[in-house]
This record gives sequence, structure tokens and C-alpha cells, in this order.
Amino acid sequence: MATLEIKDLHVSVATDDGAKEILSGVDLTVRAGETHAIMGPNGSGKSTLSYAVAGHPKYEVTSGSITLDGEDVLAMSVDERARAGLFLAMQYPVEVPGVSTSNFLRTAATAVRGEAPKLRTWVKEVKESMKELDMDPAFAERSVNEGFSGGEKKRHEILQLALLNPKIAILDETDSGLDVDALRVVSDGVNRFKASGEAGVLLITHYTRILRHIKPDFVHVFAGGRIVESGGPELADVLEAEGYVKYAGAEAAGV
Amino acid sequence: MTASAQPAVQRDKSHSHGAVVPESSRAEWFTSYDVGAFEVPSGREEIWRFTPMKRLAGLHTGAAATGSVSVVVDAPAEVTAESVPRTDPRLGAGGVPADRVAAQAYSSFTEATVLTVAAEVRSPAPVLVTVTGPGAGKVAYGHLQIRAELYSEAVVVLDHRGSGVYADNVEFVLADGAKLTVVSIQDWADDAVHVSAQHARIGRDALLRHTVVTLGGDLVRVSPTAAFADRGGEVELNGLYFADAGQHFEHRTFVDHAVPNCTSNVVYKGALQGEGAHTVWIGDVLIRAAAEGTQTYELNRNLLLTDGSRADSVPNLEIETGEIAGAGHASATGRFDDEQLFYLQARGIPEDQARRLVVRGFFHELLMKIQVPEVRERLEAAIEAELEAVGV
Repeated sequence: MATLEIKDLHVSVATDDGAKEILSGVDLTVRAGETHAIMGPNGSGKSTLSYAVAGHPKYEVTSGSITLDGEDVLAMSVDERARAGLFLAMQYPVEVPGVSTSNFLRTAATAVRGEAPKLRTWVKEVKESMKELDMDPAFAERSVNEGFSGGEKKRHEILQLALLNPKIAILDETDSGLDVDALRVVSDGVNRFKASGEAGVLLITHYTRILRHIKPDFVHVFAGGRIVESGGPELADVLEAEGYVKYAGAEAAGV
Repeated sequence: MTASAQPAVQRDKSHSHGAVVPESSRAEWFTSYDVGAFEVPSGREEIWRFTPMKRLAGLHTGAAATGSVSVVVDAPAEVTAESVPRTDPRLGAGGVPADRVAAQAYSSFTEATVLTVAAEVRSPAPVLVTVTGPGAGKVAYGHLQIRAELYSEAVVVLDHRGSGVYADNVEFVLADGAKLTVVSIQDWADDAVHVSAQHARIGRDALLRHTVVTLGGDLVRVSPTAAFADRGGEVELNGLYFADAGQHFEHRTFVDHAVPNCTSNVVYKGALQGEGAHTVWIGDVLIRAAAEGTQTYELNRNLLLTDGSRADSVPNLEIETGEIAGAGHASATGRFDDEQLFYLQARGIPEDQARRLVVRGFFHELLMKIQVPEVRERLEAAIEAELEAVGV
């Protein structure tokens, strides 16, 4: 069973005034079959955590460890992490002009699965996954994320989640910018992925609304670059009622 | 009114505009068929300032021909191919040399190749013209004219290869309603020097699709010029280049809008890798006072794959009438987009493969415009080989 273990993680970014610490000692363990929600005010470092796990070059891990099934994730390149079974659904998916979505998906699936999927079954697999996400098949011929609306980009992220079938999926503000219908479609996609019980999900969000569709087993409150409180799903209800004021002070509570 | 926009050389992704009026309007440029009418350039002149003159092998100082190119034409029966003396009255109809090297070539060639697509004839297959250089250390001059008569339609591929030093003029003479597609490939050996002036004269409602592909040679300088003879003409000037260490590839496009209701679209894209790889793109567009209803756009993009390479990019747009349909330009030179690489790698795609995907994507738009499948496949393979060579 897959286990993502984050221990005492400190992460900095380079700024004009030198390195600035964003994460200050994050401890978190996500096991297969579990869904964790990380909630917190804007600027608390939630997204930094997701990028640090995925290996974005902008973020420097200054101390602490990340392991996947005991393997040192920090020693892996970005693509090695993905092939090891980590997936990050991004808040702002990147446009790659001139690269067709179908070519991209097949290249990624080939890399993650270690062999090229058989063409016949692959086409069917992509078609069905797209249908489940209410995506127009014409998407496959468009350049990756180019000219996609916000909702289309998020569906495309969840399509990749379905096709790459990782051990641990991190969803970074996947709910942001989605209307009610799109939120349901995307949430259903995540729930299908969870249904196997063999994968872990780390859901990063500012709002509680996605938690009405995707039930978390654990809720963590993130503030000041670390987890300040953990609990069960009921903690989300407390946050819904009280906001983040208690954790980060009125200034950082934001909306 | 003369409006002009000349952005400074860009070496990053930012796009800044400065309003610099060129030294002289493109309308006032001197042209002549006679080399003696041009002064020997020093290299400081605006049109020569990017070119490494020492590597021109004397093309600008009167180098005599010491060899000749081989020109092999593979054309369907519908297209006439002739070898004609320099006195043939048809020659020169496409345009007049605008720099000393082009005039030198015009003054020096002994024999020209003329291809004619007769009126209302549609060539059933591409015409392939293979030009092989004179050989290492030798200098040659040449001349080629392609005539597309009334309502004719043809695709012509010019394939330049081999070694040596070569300067030439290529003319495209499009009669009313003609549709001509040209792909000029410069895939020379590492020693080659090629300076090519390509002149197009575009008749009423005629369409020229012109694509330059420069992949090999020590110094390659191609200057495509398009002039409209009557209303309704349309020209696409496309270019794709891939410069390696030490190579100098220069492309200077000029679209002369002198009559109303014509359309031009210029898209040049290049990738550079290795120490001393240098590319230059100069994109001149002149919309004269009479050219009302003109629609024009030009774009240049450069992708710097490694340190030590340099791309110069200068769009010049001169507009002498306000009554136009549209005019614009864009230029940008940058490195790999780290966010694109991160996104692809985050999906398990190894870095080298991710880089290739991005470069292929960068050229995709232009490759799709090349309607000759064999040529497109060859170019895809050539780009692949270029990327392989540096392990990008």
C-alpha cells in the first residue's frame, strides 16, 4: 500500500531580498485509501507544499524529507517522481502550443506505464475517460491547454489523473473557478479514482464546497507554512462556520 | 504620414516598442542590375551590419566565378524547364537587385534556368529543383526564374545542398490569378556560403506561398522580396531555421504594398543552439500611400536552446496611408519556458523528450503550412536530428 510521508519539511523560494522560507516544518502522512484535505487561508503555503512534492525548480527544500513507500522523493527528478506514482493536478495548468493533447496524453501514459499503450485500447480508454468528464472529443486535437477555459483545463487535469492512475494524487485548488456543474463532474472524476481504495488523495483547497462532493477522512488546517491543527471531516464544518481567523489572525483570514 | 515602429533587438520574452524612424525609407532604396552601380560595402551599412563580411568569401568585393552549380530540374510534363542565356528578355521581370551581392550575381551569371507553368495549367506534382554547390573553395553565381502564367497552379521545391560559395537571384513572376507555392531549402554542408535574393512579382488576385527553410551552411543570407503588381494579391512569407554552433543564418523579408487591397503575412521561427550560433531576421513592410485596404502582419519567434547563441530580430513597418485594413508585427526571443517543461515532466515525460516536444510544438504551425508531405517529413526528421545532436 502506497504511503507518502512528509517529515519536518522546510521550503524556501528565492526572492530579490534573498531566500524566503514558505514552509516551516510540515509533517504529513498520506496512505493509500485515505483522503486528506488541507485547508488554509491564501498565502499560507498550501500550493508551495504541492509544488515542493512535485519538484518544481522554483522551490528549494532546505530541510526535512519526503518519501514515497520509503523511497527518497527529494532525490528524484520531476519526471521520476511522476513515474514513481505522484501526480499533481495543477491550479494553473500550463499551455504548450503546437503539442496536441492526444500526443501529450499518449507520451505521458507511455512514460508512466513504462510501455506504449496498445493503440486500439488506448483510443477507447481516452474516449471513455473524456466522456465521463463531459469533454468534447475534439479536445484531443487541440494544443495542450491552449485556449482552454478554466473549467476545461481542470477537466483536462482530472482526465490525466484517470489515465495516469497515480499512487498519490495532489489536487491543488482543483475547485477554484469551477461552476456548480463542472465542480460535480470534476469531483465525480476524483471519486472514481478514489474508488479503487488503492490510491491516496491530498486535496488542497481554500473553500469547503468541494468537500461536499469529495469526502475527506482527515482535515488539516494550514497556516504560517505548517499544519496547525488536524482532525476529522467535522473540522471542515468548524472552518466553514468560523473561517481561518482563529489560526492566522484577522489579517491573513482573507476570503 | 510616415509611421514607423522599430523595436530594439530582443533577447528576452518582453516585447517593447520604440519609435525609431529608419535611416531611409524602404521606398528610397537604390536598386540596379549592375554591380558597378553599388559601392563595396564595409559592413557598417544598415543592410550589412549583422553580416560577418569576412565570411562572405569576397561575394561583396567582386569575387570572380571559379566554378558552377549543378541545377537539376525534376518536373512533370506540364511544366516547361529551359536553360537560357543571360540575354533572354524575360529575365529581370521579377525584381531588381537591392544590394551589391545580388547585383554581383545578376552581373555574373552566364546561364539561367527558367521554369514556366503555362496558363490555366495545374502541375500535378511538385517541381523539384536541386541546386548543388560548386564545391569547397569555389565560387559560383546563378539565376532562376519561375513563371506562373494566368490562373496556373504549382508547387516548387528548391533544394540547395553541397559545398562552396554561391550567390544567386531567384525570380517568381506570378500572372493574374496564379497560385504558386515555393519551398526554398538551404541544407548546405558546413563550409557553404549562400547569399540569395528572391524576388516575387505578384499579379492581380494571385497568391504566393513562400517558405524558406535554412538548416545548414556556414553563412546563409536569404532576402525574399514580394511586390504586388495589381489588386487582390496575397503573399505568405514563412521561414524556419535551425542554427548550430558558429552558423550565421540571416533572413531579410520585404513586402512592398504599392497597390490597394493586398494581403501579406510573414511568419519566421528559428531555434538556435551552440556557441556562436547567430540568426538575424529583418522584416520590412512598406505600405505606400496608394495601398489602401492593405492587410499585413509579421511575426518572428526565436528559441534559444543553449547559452552562447544570439538572435537578432528587427521588424520594420512603414505606413504611408491610414486607410488600411490592418497592420501589425510581433517579435520575441526567449529560452525554454521552464513552466512548460515542468508541466510535461510532472506527467512523467523525461526532460529530453519534454524539450523535444516543446521544440516540435514551436515549429508545428510552420510545418503544417508546408503542403508537400515528403518535404514536411524530411524537415521533421532534420529537426529531430538537430535535437539529437546536442542531446536536447
